[in-house]
Amino acid sequence: MSVIVFIDTRGDKIPKAAQEAVTYASQLAGGPVTAVTFGGSKLLESLGAQGAKKVIVARGVATVDGQQLTRLVGDVAAKEGATTIVCVHDATGKAVAPRIAAKLKAGHVAGALGLPVDGKFKRNVFSGKAQAWMQVTSAVKVISLMPNSIPIAKGDGTATVEEYIGDLGTARITVKEVRKAGTGIPLPEAEIVVSAGRGMKGPENWAPVEELAQLLGGATACSRPVADMHWRPHHEHVGQTGVAIRPNCYIAIGISGAIQHLAGVNQSKVIAVINKDPEAPFFKAADYGIVGDAFEVLPKLIEAAKKLNAER
Amino acid sequence: MKILVLLSQVPDTTARIAFTNENTQYDGNGVTFIVNPYDEWYALVRALELKEAKGSGSVTTITVGGADTEATIRKGLAIGADDAVRVDAQPTEALQVAEQIAAFAKDKGFDLILAGKETIDHNGGQVGAMVAELLDLPYVPLASKLDVNGTVATVERDVPGGVEVVEVSLPMVIGAAKGMAEQRIPNMRGIMAARTKPLTVIPAAAVDDTGGTVKFELPPPKGAVKMIPAEEAGKLIELLHTEAKVI
Repeated sequence: MSVIVFIDTRGDKIPKAAQEAVTYASQLAGGPVTAVTFGGSKLLESLGAQGAKKVIVARGVATVDGQQLTRLVGDVAAKEGATTIVCVHDATGKAVAPRIAAKLKAGHVAGALGLPVDGKFKRNVFSGKAQAWMQVTSAVKVISLMPNSIPIAKGDGTATVEEYIGDLGTARITVKEVRKAGTGIPLPEAEIVVSAGRGMKGPENWAPVEELAQLLGGATACSRPVADMHWRPHHEHVGQTGVAIRPNCYIAIGISGAIQHLAGVNQSKVIAVINKDPEAPFFKAADYGIVGDAFEVLPKLIEAAKKLNAER
Repeated sequence: MKILVLLSQVPDTTARIAFTNENTQYDGNGVTFIVNPYDEWYALVRALELKEAKGSGSVTTITVGGADTEATIRKGLAIGADDAVRVDAQPTEALQVAEQIAAFAKDKGFDLILAGKETIDHNGGQVGAMVAELLDLPYVPLASKLDVNGTVATVERDVPGGVEVVEVSLPMVIGAAKGMAEQRIPNMRGIMAARTKPLTVIPAAAVDDTGGTVKFELPPPKGAVKMIPAEEAGKLIELLHTEAKVI
């Protein structure tokens, strides 16, 4: 099986999701693989540690133009004789992976949760309320890996970096403005997420939520009403219509746990719920629960987190 | 402006999830089916707003499905679509659905094709991008804002680590997400009018078979929640560290 992996490596460091995808591709192939990427990253050699032997980079492409990137990946796939193309199931992957599948008449697994079992790939359906095993029967397969699904390999290899030479056509998407979502850990990559809802009573009360997240090395998130009322930025909204996340640890404070919220967080490994209403539906989906007032519980959590940090 | 909106039928958000035929099929018995919320609230409503702002044009919906999807399709007409197309095929997989839609749309001259960012049953978010590739059009997924000025669309899209404002020349395909429009409840006049609006059924095109879902499973039942008294709340951090080992 010849495997290539397409990743987005723009920015100052190689994103976690890209490292996971290279690790995954190398595991699928049973050996080193070729990675394809774009933009100006200077750290591409380091992907050798995750199992890339070669990284082909289209330096001239700086933005996600699905048509250009599909040509890029299609061209490299043809040259490498690839039968499996691994992508990431994130904003970039969603713009490119289905296009590659349509171009190559390939079956596409959108959001694989791990390595295949008996040739079948597992993915979430019904907003995480069930899983489906998918079998791809076409000659070429496109597999988009769900972020936070596998541990990153830390080998000692170094990849060779090659500039892509070829005509990708002109971009049809022009970027006019970029609004960064802050400097913290991107929510879909965070392993620990501290999330709060209407129980916080107002945006001025968020300092302890942020402090707890920072002490635990996690990201902050919020429920839909909180984003709708503009207490918190839209990109922090997790749930059915917001971001779907699967951290190791999800701490929900003052969120009742409506089915639409659960749809975005039910893949978290461990869920802790703090709510003053003992009947809050979220407790049914939780591993740990505290019935109590957020403003009384949060200082105790912060104190305990400080103590833990001092000990380790 | 000529707009095509992709409408999918899905089980209601709160519907029970169960499977039948040895877990190979969704059990739709007794379940209410609805228009996929992303298709209805964001893609269809924004298409109607763009048409209304311009004072001319048309909004057509297309659905791949059996005759059982027609009530759902009429809902789209009641909200305000001008006409609807149903491709008479059972949807099995994203590429199969995209190829059916592309086969219909390829010579119709649509300026804009809008889809929801994903369906709430299969959650793939694939069909819009695949249709774009098959028709050689630009595609912007996860779009939370869309404006059209002449033949240029301005779109806000989610990207890793933020939001980008991009410009794209029409024709193009959009994956609509929350923020693009507000839900519209059909009124009685719309519901009456929907009965007589054209709903054209077209035969399925021959398309590639690339596989699909062979089995569904439900997650294992959650263990009991471990409750910690509020006055000992700090113990939660300790347990997450020593017992759950996640912090």
